Amino acid sequence: MDHAAIIARLRAYDPDAVLGDREFRGQLSVAIRPEAIVRIAQFLYDDPELSYQFLENLCAVDYLGRNPRFEVVYHLLSFTRRHRLCLTVGLPEQAPAVASLTAIWPTANYQEREAYDLFGITFVGHPSLERILMPEDWQGHPLRKDVPLGGEEVAFTFNQARIDARKPYARD
Amino acid sequence: MTIEVKQLVRDLSIPSPGDITRPALAGERETMVLNMGPHHPSTHGVLRLVVELDGETVVNVAPDIGYLHTGIEKSMESKTYQKALVMTDRTDYLAPLSNNLSYVLAVEQLLGCTVPERATTVRVLLVELQRISSHLVWLGTHALDLAAMSVFLYGFREREQILDIFELVSGARMMTSYFRVGGLAYDVPPEFPAAVQALLAIMPERIDEYEALLTHNPIWLERTRGIGAIDTASAIALGVTGPALRATGFAWDLRRDMPYCGYETYEFAVPIARNGDIYDRYLVRVAEMRESVKICAQALDRLIALGPGPYVTSDRKIAPPPKSEITHSMESLIHHFKLWTEGFKPPRGDTLAAIESPRGELATYIVSDGSPKPYRVHFRAPSFVNLQALPHMARGHLVADLVALIASMDPVLGEVDR
Repeated sequence: MDHAAIIARLRAYDPDAVLGDREFRGQLSVAIRPEAIVRIAQFLYDDPELSYQFLENLCAVDYLGRNPRFEVVYHLLSFTRRHRLCLTVGLPEQAPAVASLTAIWPTANYQEREAYDLFGITFVGHPSLERILMPEDWQGHPLRKDVPLGGEEVAFTFNQARIDARKPYARD
Repeated sequence: MTIEVKQLVRDLSIPSPGDITRPALAGERETMVLNMGPHHPSTHGVLRLVVELDGETVVNVAPDIGYLHTGIEKSMESKTYQKALVMTDRTDYLAPLSNNLSYVLAVEQLLGCTVPERATTVRVLLVELQRISSHLVWLGTHALDLAAMSVFLYGFREREQILDIFELVSGARMMTSYFRVGGLAYDVPPEFPAAVQALLAIMPERIDEYEALLTHNPIWLERTRGIGAIDTASAIALGVTGPALRATGFAWDLRRDMPYCGYETYEFAVPIARNGDIYDRYLVRVAEMRESVKICAQALDRLIALGPGPYVTSDRKIAPPPKSEITHSMESLIHHFKLWTEGFKPPRGDTLAAIESPRGELATYIVSDGSPKPYRVHFRAPSFVNLQALPHMARGHLVADLVALIASMDPVLGEVDR
């Protein structure tokens, strides 16, 4: 099944869900309307001809200055057709949120938590959307483009007290 | 149908520490919460597990990770493509060459550049040696966790020899940074084939030695058989890849099924097992070491047959010219200067390059905005994703089995936390 056929099948299933598609270096990626992501993922999973049964990768990208600002990227893999499909979902700067895919693929659990932790994207319906890599009391989302590199001061003995004084956890 | 799906999700739930530490509700059975790690020798790094116990039986486990998070993905965004490469060594520190490979494949895909055959052959040879060395660390520490001390000493003896080969080619034992965009950092030295041959000659009988210590050892069988079993459907749902997936009986290996680096031209088998328990994961990894030895032998034969030749792409916009050219060619000097001050600029776009690392599917996703620095780099780290299967595997087993279970998943915490 070539790329045009995959797009045609997706459009036949839900013509409104597909916002666009592009091919770069032989890899197909399809932009999906955020509200339709669960429907489309379920269709790709169930459809016997497409059978994308494996959620290979899930991550977010911050395109600061672009609208929509955030993009969640899903890479699906079909074991039978040995093909990889990339889905992207654009999310707005204010309160970015998209439905969780954990009901279809439990493996989305950690990967969505990571995207939430580092980018502040809410995955609606996630069983326990908590920080995963950063400390629980961390403020902000470090992989966003408006967070500077090296903005966090490194604590040594000579400056430990000063850093602790402005950290919320030290006062608890 | 809907009920079935819901049942599946509950069964495969992945708790966070907060789910376990909440007080028991009225009418619920009281359980004990045990904190294991982060500084526990059997957690293979700094992994903290919050374990809910009923007596000695594990009711639930919640991995708590992030202790080694160093923001590697963020740091890479501020370095040029060549300089970001050194960060990849530091994710999965037991298989730095595999990380190098996944990253350079992704950048080469962005650039659309071709790599000379000599470089591809050396890459295959070295990542297979890397697989053996990584599996040796797993085997040694796994056995050590179950109180079999000697396997560790045996395994590290051969691992040392492999690290010596890495030192020979790259100057570093672990943080190699040897694969560069477009090929290799430098050519392999003349002593290289003999060193590899010496290793390949002893390796099969050394693997027999490890097997003689464990495969039919009654204590080993008692501790590993029927423990932490997972079926193929659950493994796929939880995103498990690599030896743990193949131990469930599903033969999925990217080297064979979605080949890269010309793996389709090598002859090797994809070992599988049936039950998906700790013992089967052991069998699969040991069999994989034997297959890697075969691939290495084929790659070495090809390398010798190829003879001397280019080890890096001749595209001067991507790889720097040799030093000898710089002294008398103005154009080469300009290329060299441009590459090291500015770097190369891949076209706008995004690619994913996936390889079969010793731990499973390692994929690098890179977004390029047309500048010399990657706009976004993301690693689909197999240890991170595989760790989600731990609660499912551990429920109902003894707390002592948890130690064996962690080891059998072979997580590298540097890669989990990145």
